[in-house]
Amino acid sequence: MNMAMFLQDPGLWLIGLVTVAFAMLAVTVKDLVHAVLWLGMALLGTAALFAKFDASFLAAIQVLLYVGGVVVLLIFGVMLTRNHEHLAAFRQTRRPVRAAVVAVALFVALVHAILNTPGLNDAPAGKSVSLQDLGLALLGPYAFAFEVLSLLLLAAMVGAVVLARKRDPGQPSAKKLIRHRNLGRQVVEGLAATDEVGQ
Amino acid sequence: MTAILLIASALFCAGVFGLLTQKHAIGVMIAIEVMINAANLIFVGLGQHKGAAVGQSFALFTIAIAVAEVVVGLAIVLLLYRSRGDVQVDEAREMRQ
Repeated sequence: MNMAMFLQDPGLWLIGLVTVAFAMLAVTVKDLVHAVLWLGMALLGTAALFAKFDASFLAAIQVLLYVGGVVVLLIFGVMLTRNHEHLAAFRQTRRPVRAAVVAVALFVALVHAILNTPGLNDAPAGKSVSLQDLGLALLGPYAFAFEVLSLLLLAAMVGAVVLARKRDPGQPSAKKLIRHRNLGRQVVEGLAATDEVGQ
Repeated sequence: MTAILLIASALFCAGVFGLLTQKHAIGVMIAIEVMINAANLIFVGLGQHKGAAVGQSFALFTIAIAVAEVVVGLAIVLLLYRSRGDVQVDEAREMRQ
């Protein structure tokens, strides 16, 4: 990063670097609840970047859906799967050195590709995309994708309910049925054995 | 334009690091969210740069799909916890009860 690039838009760089720092904390901090909260901060930073690009609708959606929805869901998930000795909430990591090497190598490759791509610093098109343009695009060329998306959300909702539903207590699981059958068989055999001894 | 691409790649690489190191299923999901956010950032940034509505439309689709993914993922994590008692992704091999 040279100084000229930074001075071109210092606000963008500052928000961006803070967002990256939050994301780093979210993937490295020990306690999972803290990690989810750092993720929420990183998502807020992204929303700020969206607002900086004049995409205020997307920024609002980001805050509503991610910070309001996904973060709360993830916190629920962490707390519902916490073990009693609450060791599970403290995550263990594996192969941190190799992972860091891979991540840094990927970053270097990406930076190399970005800095060597011509035409990235062309002047912007000038006209900003308004909310009206976005609505027309969603109901015009992308209307089909938009409808399929609603179907996807319905499928996800039904799938989540089916997966996470507690089994009806009156209806025993297959495993329990097999165990009961084996137990019954053992009792019958035991009774037969005592009968034989008695005779 | 270069600035936003560099910031998004840094975010994406943070996500990759998390994805490779996490053992806890929810930790993996956090890393995936970070990576999806990097992609969204590029969608919106490029779309605004070129003055095209396609960027924001795709970012909107990505956000909705990511939310659906989190919902189903959490349901699977809860199921895993209920049947195994822990949610380490290394040790989860089957979903039968």
